[in-house]
Amino acid sequence: METDTIAAISTPVGEGAIAIVRLSGEDAIPITNKLFKGNDLKTVDSHTIHYGKIVDPTTNEIAEEVMVTIMRGPRTFTREDVVEINCHGGLASVNRLLELVLSEGARLAEPGEFTKRAFLNGRIDLSQAEAVMDLIRAKTDKAMNVALKQMDGHLSNLIQTLRQQLLETVAHVEVNIDYPEYDDVEEMSHQMLIEKTTEVKSEIERLLQMAKQGKILREGLATAIIGRPNVGKSSLMNALVHENKAIVTDIPGTTRDVIEEYVNIRGVPLRLVDTAGIRETEDIVEKIGVERSRQVLKESDLILLVLNYGEQLTEEDVNLFKAVEGLEVIVIINKTDLDKQIDLEKVKQLSNNRPIITTTLIEDTGIDELEKAISDRFFEGELDAGDLTYVSNVRHIQLLKQSKQSLTDAMNGIEQGMPIDLVQIDITRTWELLGEIIGDTVHESLIDQLFSQFCLGK
Amino acid sequence: MTYDAGHYDVIVIGAGHAGVEAAYAAARRGAKTLILTLNLDMIAFMPCNPSIGGPAKGIVVREVDALGGLMGKVIDRTYIQMRMLNTGKGPAVRALRAQADKPLYIQEMKRILEKQENLTLRQGMVEKLIVEDGVCKGVVTETKAAYYAKSVVITTGTFMRGRVIIGDLSYESGPNNQRASVKLSEDLEQLGFELVRFKTGTPPRVISHTIDYSKTEIQPGDEDPRHFSYETKESIPDQIPCWLTYTNEFTHKIIDENLGLSAMYSGMIKGTGPRYCPSIEDKVVRFHDKPRHQIFLEPEGRNTEEVYVQGLSTSLPEYVQREMLRSIPGLEESEIMRAGYAIEYDSVVPTQLWPTLEVKKVPGLFTAGQINGTSGYEEAAGQGLMAGINAASRALGKESVILDRSQAYIGVLIDDLVTKGTNEPYRLLTSRAEHRLLLRHDNADLRLTEIGYQSGMIAEERYQQFLEKKQLIKEEKERLKNVMLKPTDEVQQIIDEAGGTRLKEAIKAADLLKRPEIKYEMIEQLSPSEKDLDWEVKEQVEIQIKYQGYIDKSNQQVERMMKMESKLIPENIDYDDISGIATEAKEKLKQVRPLSVGQASRISGVNPADVSILLVYIEQGRIKKISNQ
Repeated sequence: METDTIAAISTPVGEGAIAIVRLSGEDAIPITNKLFKGNDLKTVDSHTIHYGKIVDPTTNEIAEEVMVTIMRGPRTFTREDVVEINCHGGLASVNRLLELVLSEGARLAEPGEFTKRAFLNGRIDLSQAEAVMDLIRAKTDKAMNVALKQMDGHLSNLIQTLRQQLLETVAHVEVNIDYPEYDDVEEMSHQMLIEKTTEVKSEIERLLQMAKQGKILREGLATAIIGRPNVGKSSLMNALVHENKAIVTDIPGTTRDVIEEYVNIRGVPLRLVDTAGIRETEDIVEKIGVERSRQVLKESDLILLVLNYGEQLTEEDVNLFKAVEGLEVIVIINKTDLDKQIDLEKVKQLSNNRPIITTTLIEDTGIDELEKAISDRFFEGELDAGDLTYVSNVRHIQLLKQSKQSLTDAMNGIEQGMPIDLVQIDITRTWELLGEIIGDTVHESLIDQLFSQFCLGK
Repeated sequence: MTYDAGHYDVIVIGAGHAGVEAAYAAARRGAKTLILTLNLDMIAFMPCNPSIGGPAKGIVVREVDALGGLMGKVIDRTYIQMRMLNTGKGPAVRALRAQADKPLYIQEMKRILEKQENLTLRQGMVEKLIVEDGVCKGVVTETKAAYYAKSVVITTGTFMRGRVIIGDLSYESGPNNQRASVKLSEDLEQLGFELVRFKTGTPPRVISHTIDYSKTEIQPGDEDPRHFSYETKESIPDQIPCWLTYTNEFTHKIIDENLGLSAMYSGMIKGTGPRYCPSIEDKVVRFHDKPRHQIFLEPEGRNTEEVYVQGLSTSLPEYVQREMLRSIPGLEESEIMRAGYAIEYDSVVPTQLWPTLEVKKVPGLFTAGQINGTSGYEEAAGQGLMAGINAASRALGKESVILDRSQAYIGVLIDDLVTKGTNEPYRLLTSRAEHRLLLRHDNADLRLTEIGYQSGMIAEERYQQFLEKKQLIKEEKERLKNVMLKPTDEVQQIIDEAGGTRLKEAIKAADLLKRPEIKYEMIEQLSPSEKDLDWEVKEQVEIQIKYQGYIDKSNQQVERMMKMESKLIPENIDYDDISGIATEAKEKLKQVRPLSVGQASRISGVNPADVSILLVYIEQGRIKKISNQ
């Protein structure tokens, strides 16, 4: 509780060019160091600042350019080791950063927890103690209320179903252990265990997938418009904004209590990468080259690649196609009012089965088709937009990820042929983690399950 | 008028499984000890099943032995059958269980107690505690003998206001028609104790020669039996088997038809029974679709015809019991020797105790065993031992001993009782322990011998042997971490035989041992130790290496837990003075009075916000102290 490393976004998100993710605790420096490409933070002096890059260890991709401040305890706010990671102020970047430090073992700070630690470690004057207690009480209650309100009945039901499945499995294992001579229940086998865990794991994965989609729904589909100069990028942007009225939305309960602007395209909120970004992209493509632009494009969920119908494909166009390889792209051939110069066969070939839309933005044609393509892209599969709001709380997502990890550990154990009672440790842990999502970790329920499921005793 | 019958350091009331351990422990530690029992012929009597051990419970017996207690030693000398359970599973859940020779167990226990220095055995019924200025100073018996002591341990089991019920017959009695203890219960009530009514039961016993064993399945003991005590070197020859048979639809019909006559269902019984030890009536009612239930026939000893019918615990009238028995294959002609019965009794709400098992309200008074709401001989023994150790600590001015949840099942048991209380007779289950991989049968000595030695329970010679064993384990583990095994024909052949995948390159012996199919003996064949290691050392080496990943994970959890366990709550804390804590949590905290923040966090009704505030408050006090200095 007071011993692990906590992290939180400590700047108002979305307001300002720079955002800070702050960590406190004994693992603050090692956790950051695992993600950091630059100086070895473990050996640098205290109270120094370092430039470098944050690398996602699972993909080895560079996630963020950052400045990291290392402050070793006790000369810090909390008297523990504190790290502050300064990154670009965009919502997506700072959230990504937070998720990365959480996945490396930090825990999302509770409201007021930095202050609480500061107090507990003797940093804050005695006279402030009462205030700190009030703060904890108020914020914890509020957070709990918010969390409860936020919890969709569907999510809570889903989690409960998963937990029940796990609980029955665990009870089955337990009954084999505590009543080895009880002949009525077949011995839980590795095969049965793998079936159960696979089932639950895929359900957790589905929830995480929803979370990802839900995040897009809330934060907007980061969309970049790219193309050579004068292909009609600005007109496209204007057409999209003009056609659809900009909406304002409030995202409650997450760490991102911010108001953002979206363009709503048939239910899909599009966050058009700000014009500065687009101009920058343009510059980069033209002057610095494809390699650098890839960095910027990677941030986007969707790329609208604009070509000119009235001109032949150029080397630059081909490079753009290369730059968006593996990304979500809609190809737009604009200016069909001009005489055709473009080699459509070549475009098809370069597009590699991605949708190709032809537009004449001056005459406003093709926009409907484009909008349809965008919404089709997003609502691919059977996902219902309503589903996507289930999992939105960062804490929930973090717990789901941990649950998935814990189940993966269990499955690895099964594969290695570890005894079932050891594998079961990880399954029980998953059950507890899922319970934290809905605020229920009472151990007694396992014992209740045991006696209601099986007829036991002398 | 009472007379002064003597002065002691420690008095133990009751000589059941808790009482004998308490008295023996106190005496071993050098306290002048008196043990009082209703009947000296019934010392450590087993009123229910004739067996000791099993999952979790068997590990408690090992722990009692590692701490220098009696149960393991005595059962090792008196068993008629020994079985290691869960051998097909992981090391954490293996458990030993013995079938006991009941009369022999009593004799052996009595013999040891009689020979124990500092220990006096006496028959007598305690009616009253001597309490002066709120502190317990001694006891008075019904024969007006007043015994004085610095510590008193009550281990009265199910005797307090005990009531036996068979069908519509009900009478005041302890188990097996012994006298109930009524006045002591009243005395405790007057002292302000909160008591609850619990219930348990036992099945009928039948005459062995009226059983047709050919219609049942044999359940033999292990050919090469293990033992509970680390001191036991020899096994008992000629084990006696148990037998398995089943109830059937006829049995269930008889129960259904007579359900109204069962004390459990007629409303005669008001006490709460244990779910894990249900009566046969309960089983049939709650699991109506189950076509049959297992019935184990367990001999009660070598020199007796009595056979315990495990699985048929009941409070139905005697004639229905007879009818029920005779519907079961093998028991068609059976004759009852003793009828099954239910028993109701008073027990103490255990949240009234400190983790030392001392009563919060009455310093100098301890309670242990079934009186604290548990069930089972082993649970009683574990508590008795700890109460005895701590009663002696108090009397002799020594440090008290509290085991934590990561050290022993006994720690889990006592922490559960004093922190959470229990609303049914409490039984240990492996699932109650969050660190059960650390609380294994095989490593009880490694966990607890040091504590046993420090508290004067373990003799020097045994301690030296223990240290030597520890050293050998360490050396052998180290050796295997350094020995490289090359993919020679010999190595590959052994791997083939074990069904593993062949080596591609040289591998450390320890890493090969980590493979699930590889056993220590195989490594030993390839690279034997220069030393002559006994099997216990080899077993330890194998388990510690093979499951190291999981063990490390558990140790990390324990480390996290210990940080909260080590944050102590000042004894004089005034919870009313802390503004932020919720009212419900406050009430619970005032009742349980946890010693550490860790313990506080396990109380139901105390939520994380309350724990946070408690931490802040404690820290505030600490800072105040520092700034005052």
